[in-house]
Amino acid sequence: MSYFFETLVSGLFAGVMYSLVAIGFVLIYKASGVFNFAQGAMLLFSALTFVTLTEKGMPFALAFIVTSLVMVVIAILIEWLVLRPLRNRDPLTLFMATLGLSYVIEGFAQLLMGMDVHMLDLGIPDVAVQVGGIYVSQFDIIASLIALTLVATLAIAFNKTRMGISLRAVAADTLAAQSIGIRLPVIWRIVWSVAGIVALVAGLVWGSRQGVQYSLSLVTLKALPVLIIGGFSSIPGAIAGGLLVGATEALADIYVGPLVNGSVSTWFAYILAVGFLLIRPAGLFGDREIERV
Amino acid sequence: MTTLQESAPSKPLRQPVFGIGTIAVVAGLIAAFAVPVLADDYWLSSIIIPMVIMGLAGIGLNLLMGYTGLVSIGSAAFMSIGAFSTYNLLLRAPFLPLPVVLILAGLIAAIAGVIFGLPALRIKGFYLSASTLGAQFFFEWLFTNFSWFSNDSQSLTISAPRLQILDYDLQSATGRYYLVIATTALLIALAFAIVKSRVGREWMAIRDMDVAASVIGIRVAHRKLLSFGISSFFLGIAGALWAFGYLGTADAHAFNLDKSFQILFIVIIGGVATIFGNFLGAAFIVLTPILLDRLSLVIDLSFLGDQGALANLQHIIFGTIIIVLLIKEPDGLSSLIKRGVAALRPQARSSG
Repeated sequence: MSYFFETLVSGLFAGVMYSLVAIGFVLIYKASGVFNFAQGAMLLFSALTFVTLTEKGMPFALAFIVTSLVMVVIAILIEWLVLRPLRNRDPLTLFMATLGLSYVIEGFAQLLMGMDVHMLDLGIPDVAVQVGGIYVSQFDIIASLIALTLVATLAIAFNKTRMGISLRAVAADTLAAQSIGIRLPVIWRIVWSVAGIVALVAGLVWGSRQGVQYSLSLVTLKALPVLIIGGFSSIPGAIAGGLLVGATEALADIYVGPLVNGSVSTWFAYILAVGFLLIRPAGLFGDREIERV
Repeated sequence: MTTLQESAPSKPLRQPVFGIGTIAVVAGLIAAFAVPVLADDYWLSSIIIPMVIMGLAGIGLNLLMGYTGLVSIGSAAFMSIGAFSTYNLLLRAPFLPLPVVLILAGLIAAIAGVIFGLPALRIKGFYLSASTLGAQFFFEWLFTNFSWFSNDSQSLTISAPRLQILDYDLQSATGRYYLVIATTALLIALAFAIVKSRVGREWMAIRDMDVAASVIGIRVAHRKLLSFGISSFFLGIAGALWAFGYLGTADAHAFNLDKSFQILFIVIIGGVATIFGNFLGAAFIVLTPILLDRLSLVIDLSFLGDQGALANLQHIIFGTIIIVLLIKEPDGLSSLIKRGVAALRPQARSSG
């Protein structure tokens, strides 16, 4: 039974990591209604930039700040070159554009900084500690604390700052927000910048786990079922969805995997998400859309 | 993407039996069948065959995405079903002739398409991408983990057991080209027939607004599933041709997520809701890497480093072109050509 709980707990921690990626999506989706496929590429780009800088001897804090600034510049460029010309187009077109964007960002990331696997050491020891009778990785605990801090910061920023309130206004009703003087391009730039910094945090946590390399951009794909279960427009949903996906995936791999000879983790989350959708089409916390003819 | 341009009949309904369209079709067919005389084996096997097959796959996705408005990012999964079905049918039912096998393989892919399309009855938009992405990973996993599908071969690869029709061997480059072009020509005709039929028009109505479509009495659920089925039928046959007409030997990873994205790009670049546009998109996808390779021989690109850098440059160029096309030419290359032709013939300009 303790094996069951250990699997469950490690699955939940993996889920926190998924949530970390999913939050970046939710931010952009809330503010601009875009399903940003390039989030994974941004994750790769930021992690690669950070690693390259630290390998050049830059101290941790400075490298973090410089990379954040780079992500802000990228956000401004994206808003200027991609989003602005495509405003008022249907969400599908914007989704395709972010697909193209992910190719561009990935290409630049690897062209500028190489395709080697970089090891990233955040200085967190990855040792198992015993908590309540089961073994848990210390790294997992710290990664979850980072995620929690990030979510708390975002929640406060959303609810207390002027900028956060304008952003929620845009999410609620874009036209009404514009008519009371909220400037949409500014909001977009800020949201994409924040999403870029969230990508950096997620990239660092994931990168120190599995090395900074191309496959980092693929964690986007795992965030999709998380988003679908949680609802595209809800940060608590992203957390709940992440935990659910992480836990069921880990358990399914242990208990279903042997029955069908092999790991089921490549596809299990999607089937789970689809099953979920059939019951709740808007996800756990998503907004139900009403269509008018 | 949600405009209803294709649906307006731009030609008069009654046409002479040997109209300009018929002549164009006949000329096109003759030209298509004369290609092996003009092109050498390299051109046939490395450029023309993959171009035609990818164009066919593009039609498959375009029927779903362009005409019915349902996005799939798992097209390659249905191609792999077609390829593995063809292999197993040829192997385990040797009495079946190749055309029958291809049709059966397409139908098997269609059944899978309908099953993975079932969520489309409740959900749409991005949410649907979970189902198709699930198909992508599920089938790659299935064909890798169960060696029965590849006849227990150690390498999990499948290779063409026999490609012949009525004792006529199709293994040569020319033979494979004829197989590919004949199949594609038939399927293009089928695609046009479907698109111009009631079903096609109902698809477009659903794409433009499915609530409105259901209000005017279109069976939305049925039509969406039909679209998934027909789209997967095309993709399945394209997959079989890709595995045996082009690659010769394939495994499940030949149909990975990258392939699905390529097909998606073919549709965007060629033009959403077009048939021939897919071949423009396919030409672009197939020719760009070759051109860049050639270019790197002429111009010194060594400052970029190795072959990997060239691949990254390709990614950047692909991505940029997709964004530029979405901004400047949302209807794809085919509309560019259509407008070009219209500009050359000002008197024949149609109002559509």
